[in-house]
Amino acid sequence: MQQTRSVEIGTGLFVMLGMSALFFLATQATGGEGFSSTETYEVEAYFENVGSLKSKAPVSMSGVTIGRVTSVSFDAQSLEAKVTFVIDSQYDQIPDDSDASILTSGLLGSQYIGLQAGGSDIFLEDGSEILFTQSALVLENLIGKFLVNAGSDGDE
Amino acid sequence: MRELIRDIYGTIFEFVRTFGAFQLFFLRLLRYSPKILIGRPGLVIKQIYNTGALSLVIIMVCGFFVGGVLALQGYASLAKFNAEDAVGTVVALALIKELGPVITALLFAGRAGTALSSEIGLMKATDQLSAMEMMAVNPVRRVLVPRFLGGVVSMPLLAAIFSCTGLFGAHVVAVGLLEVDVGAFWQQMRLTVTMSDINEGIFKSVVFGVVASLLAVWEGYNAIPTAEGVGRATTRTVVITAISVLILDFMITTVFL
Amino acid sequence: MIFEGLNLTIKRGEITALMGPSGTGKTTLLRLITRQLVPQQGTIWVNGVDIATLDLASLYQLRQRFGMLFQNGALLTDLSVFENVAFPLREHTKLTGRLIRHVVLTKLHAVGLRGAADMMPAQLSGGMARRVALARAMVMDPEILIYDEPFAGLDPISMGVIVRLVRRMNDALGITSIVVSHDVAEISTVADRSYLISGGKVAASGSPDELRTATSELVRQFMHGMADGPVAFHFDAPDYAEQLLGRGTE
Repeated sequence: MQQTRSVEIGTGLFVMLGMSALFFLATQATGGEGFSSTETYEVEAYFENVGSLKSKAPVSMSGVTIGRVTSVSFDAQSLEAKVTFVIDSQYDQIPDDSDASILTSGLLGSQYIGLQAGGSDIFLEDGSEILFTQSALVLENLIGKFLVNAGSDGDE
Repeated sequence: MRELIRDIYGTIFEFVRTFGAFQLFFLRLLRYSPKILIGRPGLVIKQIYNTGALSLVIIMVCGFFVGGVLALQGYASLAKFNAEDAVGTVVALALIKELGPVITALLFAGRAGTALSSEIGLMKATDQLSAMEMMAVNPVRRVLVPRFLGGVVSMPLLAAIFSCTGLFGAHVVAVGLLEVDVGAFWQQMRLTVTMSDINEGIFKSVVFGVVASLLAVWEGYNAIPTAEGVGRATTRTVVITAISVLILDFMITTVFL
Repeated sequence: MIFEGLNLTIKRGEITALMGPSGTGKTTLLRLITRQLVPQQGTIWVNGVDIATLDLASLYQLRQRFGMLFQNGALLTDLSVFENVAFPLREHTKLTGRLIRHVVLTKLHAVGLRGAADMMPAQLSGGMARRVALARAMVMDPEILIYDEPFAGLDPISMGVIVRLVRRMNDALGITSIVVSHDVAEISTVADRSYLISGGKVAASGSPDELRTATSELVRQFMHGMADGPVAFHFDAPDYAEQLLGRGTE
């Protein structure tokens, strides 16, 4: 019986260790989805270019994650990218003239939506659309612009 | 020429037959599994101890050093792009998605898989399985299923422990030795590693757990019941498990990407 | 083809010995009787049932009435002596721990190994392992006990112990015993009836005394352990002189 007990203790310790390792990985090593609220409202925005923005990308305001992108699709009528995202219901006082831009975390990091507060008295609610948007910076376009500028500088 | 064709035909035929027998064997184990899991949990716990708890030391030691070397290599490469801070990300993704499940499965094959096949092979060689048959006890149910289940339960836990000790090893090397900023190390990791990466790792390790335990049990059960036969079965377990795990890893990764 | 035209009857309550030169398939015969193997032809009747027709459930039910002692005991190496003997009880009955303990200790006492209950099989000598296996074979109170080479590789003392146990189990419990062996002297002291199997059929049968005085060449060779006879000393080979002198084709 002594032997059975040590087997049980060993197994118990092993399983607990394994579980806590899983828990550690799930909570400490990840952060991309620190947002997991269930009470949310949906907002949409149209961008000329979304770069590599994907669904589940964070939506942040002043650096704090307040929501998550739910879908990125192409709108055939406006010929623009339509991005839908949800925002935690506790942040229900975001002015409706806030602007949304697609930003990159770090030099090679993933893209996310940053909101910049506006000054309106009317707040965003479920189904609102953000009108002021700023597209993602696409490296090739930037370089192209830079080259054109450099070229015109030389002409002078 | 005709003989050659007949040989090739024979080999292919034999391969397909073995493969089919293997699938049926798997189904047979699955069919008995719920009953054993509910009716005789003690048997499974004992096997979790044998395959899981007893593999802890090798898994943790290997995990620590794999994490450490990843940090070293990652740092050296990333430093060329002035992106040393991303070393945490690189190590975490490599460990969680690939190396954790794969190396754990390979170590599992070497440590627990061989133990399983030789144990079952020896039980067969010494008539223990026949003796059970004669005592009206189904050896597949009583001996194979608990060992299979023990392996299936142990593998994901071992893989998670491997990844964690790996991260710890990487932390020690990167932060302690290479003086990467602690905050940057963990922050970068958290920004890029998502729950779906972890799910991929867990999914892989569950699949590998099933495959590695199944192969070990299968090889042991079908070993030629002599000392030589058992030895050969043990070797085959390691070789076939390693090949299957790496091929499956490739296939799963393609699906996930 | 291992057996051809083999026909033998085992009587209830007797000790029947199956003897024969090595390689004549005595162990195969046992496996056929217990349906670990299924014959390609012919039938085996146990208690009036053709065992080839049984499904798995009724086969297992039948096997619970069998006890079998394997050549080397075949004790489960990861269980103690006590647990080995308790194994069939734990698998097939819902007896309480106390009752199991009681039954197991009784059986171990019968083979004289009550004191070894806590040992592991690896610590036992060959003779002890076989006695434990006998206790395990007895624990479900079988009707038929089968011994596969129970005397092979034992020292004279252990052999004497096993011989006595075989006899005692049979007489005290009214069990039918089947003993496979080629230890002529030992088996003759316990068997009620012996079959000598050779060349796939029954070469001779009768009580040990009848066999000993039989006139058949083969029986005499086997019973008296003569090196050459109907079972040739030399395996089939080309002519000796011819092969040595290197004539003929290489």
